[in-house]
Amino acid sequence: MSAETIEKAIEKKPAEALLSKRRKKLVTDPLVDDNPITIQVLGICSALAVTTQMKPTLVMAISVIFVVVMSNLAISLLRNTIPTRVRIIVQLAVVATLVTLVSEVLKAFAYDMYKELSVFVGLIITNCIVMGRLEAFALGNKPYDSVLDGLGSALGYSWIILAVAFFRELLGSGSVFGVPVYEYISGLFGPDFKLATNGLMVSSVGAFIILGLIIWVQRTITGYVEH
Amino acid sequence: MQQSNVYIITFSVILTVVLGLLLSGTSQVLGPLQKEAIALDKKKQILGAVISGEEIDAMSPEQINAFYANRISSVVVDINGKEVTEQAGAPVNAENVDIAKNYKKPADQRLFPVFIFHAEGDNEAVESYIFPLYGAGLWDAIWGFIALDTDMNTVGGITLAHAGETPGLGARITEPGVQERYTGKEIFDQNGELVAIQMQKGEGKDYSSDPHKVDGMSGATITGNGVNAMLQNYLGYYKSFIESKKNSQAVAEAL
Repeated sequence: MSAETIEKAIEKKPAEALLSKRRKKLVTDPLVDDNPITIQVLGICSALAVTTQMKPTLVMAISVIFVVVMSNLAISLLRNTIPTRVRIIVQLAVVATLVTLVSEVLKAFAYDMYKELSVFVGLIITNCIVMGRLEAFALGNKPYDSVLDGLGSALGYSWIILAVAFFRELLGSGSVFGVPVYEYISGLFGPDFKLATNGLMVSSVGAFIILGLIIWVQRTITGYVEH
Repeated sequence: MQQSNVYIITFSVILTVVLGLLLSGTSQVLGPLQKEAIALDKKKQILGAVISGEEIDAMSPEQINAFYANRISSVVVDINGKEVTEQAGAPVNAENVDIAKNYKKPADQRLFPVFIFHAEGDNEAVESYIFPLYGAGLWDAIWGFIALDTDMNTVGGITLAHAGETPGLGARITEPGVQERYTGKEIFDQNGELVAIQMQKGEGKDYSSDPHKVDGMSGATITGNGVNAMLQNYLGYYKSFIESKKNSQAVAEAL
């Protein structure tokens, strides 16, 4: 018996709902409980580098979402054909291609953004979240699940870097998405009132502090302990 | 099972070809758009030497192209300040002169574009002359454009850009706050010698009384030195042109 009957048993199982509980968990887990930045502490480099302002951070977040989701899909589709001995280099080639695509598109349609993000778009290749998900998930799971998993991880990464960027831009430059919030608030209190911006927040030290505080708050709430 | 060397090599070859085609295809499709974006960026940099960054940001790409076409004309000169209209049989256009490529040639064989900023609606009235700059920073190339007022001495404005200076340190040369330091400085001393403008080591000192010095960038002395060398070199290359304009202006004033 064995192989054949098991295969039949699998075939007879009713199709899993498009957004079953397990699949929802794939997306929601990395948002908080298993967040790539605050829990796994991956992708810190770009979280520090691109978060002085919200606009470039948003572009970076979208780029990472695209790269993680698409590479997860590609690797998952190829998972049964990729020779194990060269799987890392295959993953790297796929990721590098996607990153180059993002970079080329930015160069054509948002040249200012391309200049501002400069080297950091290219560095998505080395973002541990991308290869981490490929190795840990996409190589052993079906395409749809892998896409959801990638989406979850990328969103987990995105909301954290956007949160860091929000505080850094607000406290460091007195604005949000380039809108001068501080100027507006100062205006409410008369001409002599001025809110001071904090230069520390613009430097990478500011990112460390904000990130540390976010991790602290989050771990206090969830009660997560490093094992 | 599928792990034979032949399989691995075949797989790698197919993967490389597919990804390679994908990339070169994208590059082909997006190439013209990217060229346009780069040309627009160059115009923005040239205009940045004469009008403020906020004004440029407020303009749409079409407006920038129109503004550039209306207000900027250009000539190409050689090291002796003589106008060059064609090279090797092909007409020379200032916008197409690649400063980086010219930088590799000996100075007396290079082409030097000059961009002329006109008063609105009057192609004869010159407001300022804009000269390109190019040099080496700490890690990679730095470049920019400097605008001289019609006295050919006072700096009207400068834009600086870089390929790979350290973010937060040398990369600060792109900040308006740093570039503003150059406005109103002078490039010739009282004896008419070209001394250009030197960015100093350290930051936070007041150099407003010295027309040839600007405040430095803390932690980016080498980038600052690169900017100094670039200014000294390129203003030197354009010296003949600058002096010819200076003399013609002096004659015009004397009349």
